[in-house]
Amino acid sequence: MAEKTYLQAISDGLREEMRRDQRVFILGEDVGVYGGAFKVTLGFQEEFGPWRVLDMPLSETAIMGGATGAAMMGMRPVAEMQFADFVSCAWDHLVTIAAKQRWRAGTPVPIVLRLPSGGGFSGGPFHSQNPESSFAHIPGLKCVCPATPEDAKGLITAAIEDPNPVLFFEHKHLYRRIKGEVPDERYVTPIGKARIHTEGDDLTVVTWGAMVYTAEEAAKVVDASVEIIDLRTIMPWDTQAVLDSVRKTSKVLVLHEDTRTGGFGGEIAATIAEEAFEDLDAPVKRLAAPDCPVPFSPVLEKAYIPQVDDVVRALKELISY
Amino acid sequence: MATGTAVDVVMPQMGVSVSEGTVTKWNKQVGDTIEADETLLEISTDKVDTEVPSPASGVVSEILVQEGETVNVGTVLARIGGETGAAAPAAEPPAAEPEPEPTHEAPEPLAQPAAPVAQENGKSFVSPVVARIASEHGIDPSQVPGTGSGGRVTKKDIQAFIDSGAPAAPAAPAPAAAPAQAQPAQTPAGEPQLGESFEPMSAMRRGIADHMRKSLDTSAHVTSAIEVDMSRVVAIRAKLKKEYESAYGVNPTYLAFIARATVETLRDYPYVNGEIRSDKIVTKSFVNLGFAVELADGKGLIVPVVRNAETLNLLGMAKGIADIAKRARDKQLTPDDVSGGSFTITNPGGYGTFHGTPVISQPQAAILGTYAIVKRPWVITDDNGADAIAIRSIMNLTLTYDHRLVDGALAGRFLRDLRERLQTWGESDY
Repeated sequence: MAEKTYLQAISDGLREEMRRDQRVFILGEDVGVYGGAFKVTLGFQEEFGPWRVLDMPLSETAIMGGATGAAMMGMRPVAEMQFADFVSCAWDHLVTIAAKQRWRAGTPVPIVLRLPSGGGFSGGPFHSQNPESSFAHIPGLKCVCPATPEDAKGLITAAIEDPNPVLFFEHKHLYRRIKGEVPDERYVTPIGKARIHTEGDDLTVVTWGAMVYTAEEAAKVVDASVEIIDLRTIMPWDTQAVLDSVRKTSKVLVLHEDTRTGGFGGEIAATIAEEAFEDLDAPVKRLAAPDCPVPFSPVLEKAYIPQVDDVVRALKELISY
Repeated sequence: MATGTAVDVVMPQMGVSVSEGTVTKWNKQVGDTIEADETLLEISTDKVDTEVPSPASGVVSEILVQEGETVNVGTVLARIGGETGAAAPAAEPPAAEPEPEPTHEAPEPLAQPAAPVAQENGKSFVSPVVARIASEHGIDPSQVPGTGSGGRVTKKDIQAFIDSGAPAAPAAPAPAAAPAQAQPAQTPAGEPQLGESFEPMSAMRRGIADHMRKSLDTSAHVTSAIEVDMSRVVAIRAKLKKEYESAYGVNPTYLAFIARATVETLRDYPYVNGEIRSDKIVTKSFVNLGFAVELADGKGLIVPVVRNAETLNLLGMAKGIADIAKRARDKQLTPDDVSGGSFTITNPGGYGTFHGTPVISQPQAAILGTYAIVKRPWVITDDNGADAIAIRSIMNLTLTYDHRLVDGALAGRFLRDLRERLQTWGESDY
């Protein structure tokens, strides 16, 4: 057990799997010589050689196509999009082929697609998005959004083990800001299991990724016992954990950094309304970014991404309802 | 010229219990033009006086109920629009000929005038979870104090209400079968002041409060007290105790003795066992004897009844009392167990008090209070006719009675006879 950053934890998980399983290899832009734009794969090419840490041309289509083909041939590619935003270029291979191959032909497609995502550092509209809901909507894809270093390592391991395409949304704002104890040994954090970040009785916040920490700060301010559920993975998502908590607290805030309309929070809110209607003591509340691209201006970006104050306000509304 | 179908203006329902209303003033006459929601007339009911807005825009084509007339709720008062042409000159509507008008697409009964709909605000909205909890516990959410927005009852409110002892309410109504139509508190409690704290009132506490207040408002309470030398009873009880406990598993309490003597005495004083029902005096050939039982932790008071107590000997009485007391504490009483009493005994002497003025359990006429038995120096007359001071076990008994039915002299004689029975208790009297 040692304290590690979120970024280090991902890096460790990857290295461990590469040492363990010869089929695992990395491909992406600048992942080799440069060690990755965020240095997640720093030193990997030295250790594993250029054929297992492949620097790819500036083409997400090529990266995704290559990964899909390799996976179908029995490899376990871990592909990196330099920023999650650019996964749109890889849409066709990912959605048309990788997601459906298992149903179409019965072939497992064990791809991990690493997607550095999220804002909070003035990355502007092309380098700050949280596109997880678009892919959660595609049958055949799994979406993982760890919030802690421990989960980051456990889930990258689970993603590599999984025989399906798994999108691994790693939040850039957490990379070096968040540190935590990470077990040294290999372990797997199951995909589809939520984690209770803090226990509480009065209301529930369902969230994931960087918003877990925003919720945590907000919960300290309000005069109520707030239960924070870190979903950890949104497809599949832990319906049971959410419903159990809602049945206890009867008030719920669904919080995410992605934009509101069509955001995954809508799915969660609808499920709660369907499954736990008779346990609700207030309307299910959503807090998300407004329906517009992520602004570059720091002031506007702050206004755009839900901040602690915004969460406090939403919590207070629920408390006083 | 208005065309199409006319819109009826009907006498609005101004409250659940209001069945009729009187037209006090027409603000428009036949032929006048009126806008929707403009005041058309004023009405008076036994609850409120209010204005009735027009349900539609158009010309007043008919006025069917004149000022000063009282009609049932739902009666058509006037019509707006429709074929007014012919009606206009013939101002006097042709008597009351309520034409059937089959094609009427009657608009919804009228937007109720915004008359006093009693402080409902947010309280009328019941969230799904509150609705579910309320139905699971048989609680009327409107009886729960709400702390949510607009006074809404929150999940916490209803849980606190239940935790405060409310669930006992449906199974075991408080003191008597008074359906506790709890009036909304006269003034809202507001916020606790410095040093104060609020807690919700349980249904049982509310029931007790209503019943006590109602009883004092109903009966003319008077209390008479008498001192009873319980020495014989004490002695007999000491003798019987072992036998009763080993043979029957029941403790012959002083209360059982007193109850037994009371039932015998009530035979001679039917008014004390009676009630006033409307303008009739009701006397009974039976004694359904109620016993005030305090629930654990001061959670309230309940008065279970031993039925047909006149048929029970001392052992039967002791068993009957033990049974209802146990079931009261275990919350096993049924509504029948707490209703139909004809006379009540309350025993506030457990903590040493020697006097009290209990409140009558309505609609009964009296309640007997029993107090602590204490050894006191007592003047007695010995066999030689000489006075002497002896140590005796003395107990005070009070009879609180409804002076409307029971006069002081009658109460005095009742207490005298009851004392006599207890002081001369013979071993064969049970």
